[in-house]
Order: sequence, then structure tokens, then C-alpha cells
Amino acid sequence: MATVRLSFSPAPVHVRTARLVGVAVARRAGVDEALLDEVRLAIGEACTRAVALHRQYGLTDLVTVEMSDSGSYTVRVIDHAPIEASIGLTKLPPDELAAESLTEDDLTTGVGFALLAGFVDDLQVRPVEDGPGTEVRMVWPVARR
Amino acid sequence: MELSLATRTVADHTVVEVGGEVDVYTAPRLRERLIELVDAGARDVVVDLERVEFLDSTGLGVLVGALKRLRTAQGTFGLVCAKEPLLKIFRITALDQVFPIFPTVQAATERDGSGLAS
Repeated sequence: MATVRLSFSPAPVHVRTARLVGVAVARRAGVDEALLDEVRLAIGEACTRAVALHRQYGLTDLVTVEMSDSGSYTVRVIDHAPIEASIGLTKLPPDELAAESLTEDDLTTGVGFALLAGFVDDLQVRPVEDGPGTEVRMVWPVARR
Repeated sequence: MELSLATRTVADHTVVEVGGEVDVYTAPRLRERLIELVDAGARDVVVDLERVEFLDSTGLGVLVGALKRLRTAQGTFGLVCAKEPLLKIFRITALDQVFPIFPTVQAATERDGSGLAS
């Protein structure tokens, strides 16, 4: 089992690095080329969400991304924000997307979750086992080698 | 690739050509440019996404912000996008029902009323 683990301080500039690494490991793991754009977007959204939560709570803890290719390509993005922050991740109906009352941050959060749910067939969002935080777990199939 | 921004005028519309990656790190620059344009009096704005290689939820939030700002200012806002991967992002988020999306700059800048933001 080959595992790559990346931890980064919660700064937007590092999200691109996480995307690049995530796609490189996906390609190496044998994920279909046609899925790589979706892998890139999903890892980016999960990391963007984690960075936003850490900044919202003033946390300097590192965000962790774990990539594993045992049987399938599994990516776990782990934050350390209070668990209640994860509540409210729902897809927004179209007529609310451009509503004046919706802030840009809330819209971005809702749209980000819609993208995760739309692009990842096997998606789980669950509390981390030790301490506060949430794990976003995404799985993609790999071709047999 | 880093974000690139260029502005030109086509048929009385302000066309913002965006290139590269629009994400949580670069989207604030796009937001600033769009706010500057509206503050400077631009009312018919088209954002050309043809050279965009990556667009995330933060970038989408900036585009919705611009749409609202122009709607408030009695202006119009449209997008140019013909790339299937990007169009899929708009469909999945249902934002294809919020933005007027055109295949070309010419289609977006024709004054037939279809580019109305409201």
C-alpha cells in the first residue's frame, strides 16, 4: 500500500499544491485520465473548505491530505475545526443562488459542497476519531495494473 | 498557471478575459478587478472564461457577486464559456440557471436583451 501524506498550513496559496500532488498521485495510482479533472476539483474543494474552517476559527493547525492507492484511490482531507461547523453543508436550490441575502462566503460553501457531491460518487464526511475535526473521504476507482 | 486578467471593450460591453486558474488563492484578484470596473462605471460586463484552466467554488462565488452588483446597478452580466468541463461545473451547481452563458464573445455582446443580468 503506497500512501502519500501532505500537511500544510491553512493558507489559500497551498491549496494549489495539494491539488497538484493529489492529481500526480492519482495518475500514478492508475485513475482514469478522464477522471483527473474531477479529482483535481474535488481535492481542491475539500482543501478549500478545510482552509476556510481553520481561518474562520483562527486555527493554525495543519490541514492534512492523505492519498492511498490500495485497491482504489482514496483521498482523505482532514481539518481540526469544531465539528458543528460542518453542519449545514447542503446543496442550494437554484432560486437561492443569486438571492441578495446570501453572502458570498455562504454561496461558496454551498457551491463547494455541491461540486464535491456532484463529482465524487463515493464521498463521506465524518468526524475525526481523535479530537475536533472532520474528515472528507473521497474514493475513485483505479484500473488494474 | 497563474491567473491572468485582461480587459477590452467590444460593442459597448466591457469584456474581462480571464486565463489560468481561478481558485481560493487567485479569486480575490478577479473580485477586485470586477469591483473596480463597476465602480468606474462599467454596466454591461462580460467575463470570458475561454482561457480558464481551473475554476472552483471561490471563483463561482466571485462571479455571482459580480452578477448581483451589476443587477443592483441596473447593468448586465454574462459569461463566455464553451468548454465542457467548465459547463459541467455550472450545471452541477445549478449556476447555469443563474448566469447567461454564451458560446462566444460576439454572442454575449449582441444587444438582443438576452444578456440581461436580471
